Amino acid sequence: MGAGAHIAWFDEIGLGDREQVGGKGGSLGELTRAGIAVPPGYVVRTAAFERFLESLEREAPVRAAVAALKGDDLESITACSRALRGRMEEAELPGELLEELTAAHARLSAGTEQPVAVRSSATCEDALDASFAGLQDTYLWVRGVAQMLERVRSCWASLYSVPSISYRLKHGFPEERVAMAVVVQIMVDAGTAGVMFTRSPTTGDRSVVTIEGAWGLGSAVVGGEVTPDRWVLGKITGEISVREISDKLIQHVPAANGGVEAVAVGEERRRAPSLSDTQLQELSSIARRVERHYGRAQDIEWAIDRHSGAILLLQSRPETVWSARDAAPIAKPQQDPLMHVMSIFGTRRCP
Amino acid sequence: MNTQSAAFPAPSSLQVLPGTERAQAAYPYYMQFTAADDARFWFYNSMHFPEPMSAFDMVTAEAAYCALGSSTTRVHCLPTTLGIDYRIINGRVYIGGNAVTDPAEIARRTGEFQQRAFYYYGNWERLYAQWREKMLALIREAQALPKLELPEFEPLANVHSGRGIASNHQLLETYQKTLEGYFRMWHHHFEFLLLGYGAYMTFFAFCKKAFPEISDQTVARMVAGIEAEIFRPDEELRRLARRAVELGVDAEFQEGRTAQAIMTALGTRGAAGREWLEELATSRDPWFNINVGDGFYHYHRSWNDDLSMPFAGLPGYIARVKAGESLKRPIEKLQAQRRQLIQDYRDLLGSEEERQAYDQMIALAHRVFPYVEGHKFYCEHWYTNLFFNKIREFGTLLAAHGFFAHEADVFHLTHYEVEAAIIDLMTSWSNGSPPRGPERWPQIVSERRAAIGEWAKHSTPPALGPVPDVIDDPAIVMLWGITRESLDRWLRATSDAGSRELRGFAASSGIVEGPACVVRSVEEIARVRQGDILVCQITNPTWAPIFQKIAGAVSDIGGSMSHAAIVAREFGLPAVVGTGNATSRIKDGQRIRVDGGRGVVTLLS
Repeated sequence: MGAGAHIAWFDEIGLGDREQVGGKGGSLGELTRAGIAVPPGYVVRTAAFERFLESLEREAPVRAAVAALKGDDLESITACSRALRGRMEEAELPGELLEELTAAHARLSAGTEQPVAVRSSATCEDALDASFAGLQDTYLWVRGVAQMLERVRSCWASLYSVPSISYRLKHGFPEERVAMAVVVQIMVDAGTAGVMFTRSPTTGDRSVVTIEGAWGLGSAVVGGEVTPDRWVLGKITGEISVREISDKLIQHVPAANGGVEAVAVGEERRRAPSLSDTQLQELSSIARRVERHYGRAQDIEWAIDRHSGAILLLQSRPETVWSARDAAPIAKPQQDPLMHVMSIFGTRRCP
Repeated sequence: MNTQSAAFPAPSSLQVLPGTERAQAAYPYYMQFTAADDARFWFYNSMHFPEPMSAFDMVTAEAAYCALGSSTTRVHCLPTTLGIDYRIINGRVYIGGNAVTDPAEIARRTGEFQQRAFYYYGNWERLYAQWREKMLALIREAQALPKLELPEFEPLANVHSGRGIASNHQLLETYQKTLEGYFRMWHHHFEFLLLGYGAYMTFFAFCKKAFPEISDQTVARMVAGIEAEIFRPDEELRRLARRAVELGVDAEFQEGRTAQAIMTALGTRGAAGREWLEELATSRDPWFNINVGDGFYHYHRSWNDDLSMPFAGLPGYIARVKAGESLKRPIEKLQAQRRQLIQDYRDLLGSEEERQAYDQMIALAHRVFPYVEGHKFYCEHWYTNLFFNKIREFGTLLAAHGFFAHEADVFHLTHYEVEAAIIDLMTSWSNGSPPRGPERWPQIVSERRAAIGEWAKHSTPPALGPVPDVIDDPAIVMLWGITRESLDRWLRATSDAGSRELRGFAASSGIVEGPACVVRSVEEIARVRQGDILVCQITNPTWAPIFQKIAGAVSDIGGSMSHAAIVAREFGLPAVVGTGNATSRIKDGQRIRVDGGRGVVTLLS
C-alpha cells in the first residue's frame, strides 16, 4: 500500500479490491492494469470512511440511528438525514486521515493546482451498485486541497441522504455493511465526452458498440441535459450503421469557481457531429478491449481531452439489463442438424 | 388487433384502363381476376415483373408459378404452404399464397416434407451435380433446335430419304419444343430453390435473433460463395481487358466508341487484333449469355445479343490494368475474410450451445448456397436467352410473311396466339392461299403496344384485398421478402410522396453524394460517366462492368440478397436497392445522397 492504510493509487488495485475501494475505484484500477488510459488518481479507501465514522460514533450513534428508522416514516428519515449529514460535513477529520489525504493530493497535482473530480465509489455488489449510481454524488472541477476534503466528506454524507437511507431501509440492507470509498482523479478538460455500451442498450445486440457523445464535459450527457449524438458501430465489420446527429443546445464547461456550468453551444457546432469517424473507431476498439478484459459486456464513460486529444475512460460498469435476460439459448444444437430448417418450414406463427 | 382496419383496394375495384380492355382480355382466362378473388390477399410482384407484361412474356409467370407450385405443393410438400396463384391486370402481375392452416394437415405434410426435402439436403452435392448435367443437356437441346425455314419446294433430299413429313410441320414441332423446354427449365429452376432459400433463411433468422442489429449484407457475406458462376461474366471482362493490354491493342477501346466500331478496328490490327477477337469468342460462349435484367422480359437482351454493355466496361478496366492493377479477384483473401467473419460472430454468441447450433446452421447454408447462386446463370440467363431468341426467330419469320411489321411484335401475342399464327402460316404454305394473319395481327399488335405504353404510365397498388395479420408463408417471405412490416410501409407509402427521401434495402454501406444518372434501359449505359450515381430499375450482375465507373447505385427493385447488392459490396460502393420508385422520383442529373448503410436516398437538388 502506497501512502498508508487509507489511500490506494489506481495502479495498486483491481476489481478484487472492491470491498475496500468500491466498484468505481476497483474498475479504474482494473482499467489501469489492462493498459487502458484513465485520468490518474487514487481512491480514499473505505477504511478512511470507517475511521471517520468511528470518530463520529464516539460522539453520538450514526448507524444505530439509521437502523432504528422505519422505511415508511419519511418525516423521521428526513430529520435523521439532516442531522447526520450536518455532522459529517462539520466534524473534524482524524489527524492521520487529514495527513494522508493532503499528501496524496499533493502527489497527484504535482505542485500545480490541477482540478480534480471527487466521486463516490460504493462497495455494494454490482446490481445494487448500479441502482445506487444515481443516488450518490460526483463533484467535478474541485480546486485545491480544502475543496477536495470538503467534497470527500460530501460523498460520505451522501450515504445518508433521504433517498439513500430510504433505499437501504426498503431493501433491508444492513447499516454495518454500508461503507463508501471515494475516487479522486485529475479532471479531464473534455472537448467531447459521453458514454458507450458494448452491448446495444436497445436490442441487446452483442455485435455492436453504441456510442453517445456531445460537446464538453460528460456530465451533460450523463445527467441527460443534452441529447447526445448517437452512433452504432459493428464490432466486427467496423461499419457505422447508425449516425444520429442531434441538436446539441448546451454543453458543460468548468465553472470559474469550481464545478461545472451549462453554456449555449455556438450555432455552427450545434448540429455538427461531436466525434470524427476515426475517433469513433478508436472508441469502439477501446470498448472491445475493455469488454474482453472483463469477459462481459460493459457500460463505459469516456472523455476526450480538449488539449491532447487523448481518449480517457472515466468508468466502466458491467452491463446488467440484457445480461440478466440471457437465460434460454436462441437455438440448441440438434441431433439431426436438418431439423433446424423446420423453424422456417414447419410452423405457423399465429397472430 | 382489428384485422379489418387495414386493407388494400379490392381486386374488383381496380379498373382496366379505358381503351385497353381488349389488350387486357387477350390474357388467358385463368389469369383474369374474378369476384371471388376479392376475399383474398394479393400483392404486386414488382420484384420480378416491375413493368407491364406483354401478352407473350406472361409465359414466364405461367411456367414459373406452375413449377414453383409443383415443388412446394406436391414434390417437397412444404408443410404450411401450397403454391402461388397469379392474376394480371393492366399488365401488372399480382400473386397470392395458398396457406395450409389446418394443424392435422400441416402434420401430415411435415411427414412428407421430411422424407423428401431432407433427402435432398442429405444428398445435395450429388443431386446438384446431376442437376447441372440436366441443365446443360436441356441447353444443348434448345441450341440444337433447327433453323426456321419454309422453302418453296420441299428439299429433294427430304423427299428421296422418304422423310414423309413436310417442312411446315417442323415449325410447329420446333415451336412446341421451344415452349415445352421453357416450362421444363422452370421445373429445374425450382427443383432446389425453396430448400436452398429455406436453409439460408434458417441461418439468417438465427443471426437476426442473436444479433438484432446485424445487417442483412453481413449475414449474406458469411454465406455467399466467392467463386460463384455469377461473377464469371465480369471476370471474363477483366481477363479481356488484361489481354487487350498484353496484345497491345488497348488503344482501340475508347470511351463512347461502339462495340461494332471497336471490333471492326481490331479486324485491321493483324494477328494481335484477331487473337483478341478469338479471346472474346471464348468468353462469349457461355459467359456472355447473361441478360441485362432478370430474364423475365423479352427485351432484356444478353451481352451476346448486345455487346454495348460489356464493351462499356472495357475502357475502365483497361485503364486500371495500365495503372498496374491485376484485376484478379483476391479469392484466397476473400475466403480468409469470410472465415474470419464467421469465426468473429461465433465468438460473440452467448453460450456453447448457441455456437454449436450456429455451426450446424451455417454448414447447411454453405452446402445449399452454390445452387442458390449458381442456378440463375443457367436458368434465368443462359436458357432464357435461348428461349426468347428462338421466339424472336419466329417473329422474324412471321414478320417476313406480313403478320406484323417487326420481329419483336411477336411478343404482343400470347403463346397460344403464336401457335395459331404458326398454324395459319403452315396452312398457307401448304395450300397456296395467303395467310390470314396479316389482316388480323397488325391492328391487334398496335393496340396492345399502345396498352402497354398506357399501363406503364400509371402506377398500380402494391397490394390488393384484406391484409393478413401475419405473413408467414415461407415461399413469400423467402422469395419476396414480404412481411407484415413491409405491408404497413406500403400502406403508409402513399402519404410519403412529397418527401425528399426514398427508402429501400441497405445493400452496401457507405455514404456518397453525386449526380444521378437515371438509366432505363441498356441502350443508355453509354451515358453513365465516372462519378455518377447509377439509378436504374433493376440492378443485375451483368451491370458489373459499369460499377467501376459509378460512385453509388440505387434501384427500384431488388433485395439485400440480390446479386446487385453483392456486386456493389465487392466494389465497395454505397447502394440502396428495392426503393420501389427511384427511377420515377429521381430526375436525371439531380444531386442525390445515397446512404447505403441505412437504405436511404435523399434528393438534394
